[in-house]
Amino acid sequence: MFEEVGTTTEGDLIINMGPQHPATHGVLHLVVTLNGETIKNVEPHLGYIHRSIEKMCESLTYRQFIYVTSRMDYLSAHINNHACAMCVEKGLQLEVPPRAQVIRVLMDELTRLASHELWWGAMAMDLGAFTPFFHAFREREVINDIMEETCGARLTMNYMVPGGVMHDLHPNFQQRVKDFLQLYKRKIHEYDELVTGNIIFQNRMKGVGIISPEDVISYGCTGPVARGSGVSSDVRKLYPYEIYDKLEFDEVLEDGCDSFARYMVRIREMQQSVRIIEQLIDNIPDGEFQAKTKAVLKLPKGEFYSKAETARGELGVYIVSEGGTTPYRIKFRSPGFSNLSALNHLVKGGKIGDLIAAMGTLDLVIPDIDR
Amino acid sequence: MEDEAMFLKQYIQDIWGAIKSLATGMKRTGYYFTHHKEIITQQYPDNRDTLVLPERFKGEVVMIHDENNEHACTGCTACELACPNATIKIITKFDVDAETGKKKKAIDTFVYHLELCTMCNLCVEACPTDAIKMAQTFEHSVFDRSQLTKKLNKPGSKIRAGIE
Amino acid sequence: MWSLSNIAANIDQWLNANMSPTWALIVEMVIAGVAVIGLFAALGLVLVIMERKVSAWIQIRLGPNRVGPKGMLQSLADTLKLLVKEGMTPGGADKLLFNVAPFVAMIVAMLLLAPIAFAKDFQLWDLNIGVLYISAVSSISVISILMAGWASNNKYSLLGAMRSGAQIVSYELSAGLAVLAIVVLTGSLRISDIIQAQENGWWLFKGHIPVIIAFIIFIIAVTAETNRAPFDLAEAESELTAGFHTEYSGMKFALFFLAEYVNVFIVCAIGATLFLGGWMPFHIGNWHAFNGVMDWIPSSVWFFGKTFFLIFVIMWFRWTFPRLRIDQLLNLEWKYLLPISMFNLLLVTLIAIMGWHF
Repeated sequence: MFEEVGTTTEGDLIINMGPQHPATHGVLHLVVTLNGETIKNVEPHLGYIHRSIEKMCESLTYRQFIYVTSRMDYLSAHINNHACAMCVEKGLQLEVPPRAQVIRVLMDELTRLASHELWWGAMAMDLGAFTPFFHAFREREVINDIMEETCGARLTMNYMVPGGVMHDLHPNFQQRVKDFLQLYKRKIHEYDELVTGNIIFQNRMKGVGIISPEDVISYGCTGPVARGSGVSSDVRKLYPYEIYDKLEFDEVLEDGCDSFARYMVRIREMQQSVRIIEQLIDNIPDGEFQAKTKAVLKLPKGEFYSKAETARGELGVYIVSEGGTTPYRIKFRSPGFSNLSALNHLVKGGKIGDLIAAMGTLDLVIPDIDR
Repeated sequence: MEDEAMFLKQYIQDIWGAIKSLATGMKRTGYYFTHHKEIITQQYPDNRDTLVLPERFKGEVVMIHDENNEHACTGCTACELACPNATIKIITKFDVDAETGKKKKAIDTFVYHLELCTMCNLCVEACPTDAIKMAQTFEHSVFDRSQLTKKLNKPGSKIRAGIE
Repeated sequence: MWSLSNIAANIDQWLNANMSPTWALIVEMVIAGVAVIGLFAALGLVLVIMERKVSAWIQIRLGPNRVGPKGMLQSLADTLKLLVKEGMTPGGADKLLFNVAPFVAMIVAMLLLAPIAFAKDFQLWDLNIGVLYISAVSSISVISILMAGWASNNKYSLLGAMRSGAQIVSYELSAGLAVLAIVVLTGSLRISDIIQAQENGWWLFKGHIPVIIAFIIFIIAVTAETNRAPFDLAEAESELTAGFHTEYSGMKFALFFLAEYVNVFIVCAIGATLFLGGWMPFHIGNWHAFNGVMDWIPSSVWFFGKTFFLIFVIMWFRWTFPRLRIDQLLNLEWKYLLPISMFNLLLVTLIAIMGWHF
């Protein structure tokens, strides 16, 4: 337990950062022990937005529970839904039509782009630059419009269903994605001009928030946090799902181990996502967008696990079925939770500014941590 | 001496690089300051008349009625079962056919709780007769919560002939 | 001729003709006080709407556009809201210091207005140590921030205040050295002398590269002194929520807010006076026709034009750059700005002694 107000016996200052704080992006509560400006310890306190999604899913059928997972990591809602749909398909041994697979991958990569755009803006805002936030939203807005047209919603789409996707692509989809890619390529250099190349930004990011590859593995960090320390962890490469094994893209690895490396991983990952979208957008196969399924889905008795690479890392979905229409137990392995656990390691000995910068590079989405 | 010269050179290079990087950023923001056509703000309540939402946009569930005030809902409760949040409640009644005198099951009230709905579209997918659809309305604010509980079948409406 | 100095002279004459010199002086003081408060209110309104429009256009937004024509009355509406808002004092706060701090900030800003020449022969107090007075009084503003931070009994406020203390004490040095460069060239601390010395050209153009370096250092240092981004560590929003004014609300907050903007105006006015010739029009050598046109523009327009240009530059900084970290902030001052400005001062002295400037 910690003291609510005041100092420790050594005379250190304890600050309760959050649950309402501009830089914690939600309701994360950090108990920070400070010696002057220097951080001695950071202790995250969770549970402010716990909605017991896992328990809720146990009373929902296999069709119904997918929509709830959009509310976990709401910035990669598509990928959450995708992972769940894949797990159900594994249980049903359902073959997803090729068209649906391509649509799913396209949507996943668009989601990843949108999520990284938002992260980029929020990251810069954490460091005190407000303008990039609005510039990032300009591109993200276009992706959201594309999503809205095809899926009917902008953030919590519920587009993936067991066996495929809910609707076919909108006729305008291809053209609009191409327009977006053109816009994106026209604007991408501004990101470097505004933030990446900026001397203040580089000084704030380089050499702070260091985590070694060994520590990455022992903390269980995944996604850009792991890849920033040179640990290969891209589920799309290591355990390819859908059509990722047929696509040409690189797993982005940086060996800086610091905040700047994690920043660069995400910036470069955006370009890889663009590359994937470019490969697929003109090669969407014809055919069904949804496999034929029974009206009531029943998973056979057993345990099923599937994982997908969200914008934050590896999302695992673990279903235990007793053979009924609802899962007996569901467990989500969310990337944000493991990444957050490394926070204390990242910022110990740094300044308050480093804490904010390192937290920005972890790209935390609090509902994903608490579920 | 050599080291000092190198140090000084490095020092000046650092400063020059820093100033250059800052100037690049200022050039970019200066561009946007002077180019107002890049502004992306949409003035929402003002552009209501020209606002077009995509036809798939999920705003609320409505029941489709044709010009004869007839709908296609048989009261099969597939949507009620498909809904994850118990948003839909269908109350059925028995109509007596005037010609044959047979009793026939029909809906009395299609209750829709907008306040519980998450717009997941599962009910529309589940409906075997395409009786309901998603409307593109999105301004759902009301002063009293009870107004959010809606009756979707219009008064006096009945099921279209031929739909089983 | 309608110029500010003529109006002032006419009022002075009229007052002296109608009452005893003592009363005339007292009435003049009251008029000056009212004018300063009026200027403060006007500056607050104009600078807030300017900041919001500049930020909006840089961030590809429209900015305030509802209240009044093109949203120009937005800051008036904001002021009204702040006026009627309850000014709370937290339970554990030191009540006296907490409530006095915003007024200290305002009084410092008011005192700084005294030696500034707003137009030709239009100056409240042309004291012979004007520049020294400015650098001395502006240092007091840190006391209000420390008072606010300490008295709030809030850890964020305390951290913000301590940051601000370290920051202002450091950046005073290089701001002072940059100002000294001009004092060396002019040979006088009196503001009117400094402006007069720029009759045939502004120091920025007359003083070769060293003065340009001094100007850049001055701008950086005053940005830091006024706690504006990228040096807004005292109120670093994403780190300390609002820093030293976290606990302030209502009019007390508004006073801090206003003091910040007035301080920005004052440092920009000083920058314009020292480096850009104050109210002196822009002249080019022997182009008499061109110089005549420039002279035709009123001196107050020149002064406010230059000042607002510098204010715009400082706003431009704010909406472009990320914030520095506290140790980098001090590094920048002690490892870069201070040595450079010291060396620069030597160069300027050499130029002044050898008479190399134009």
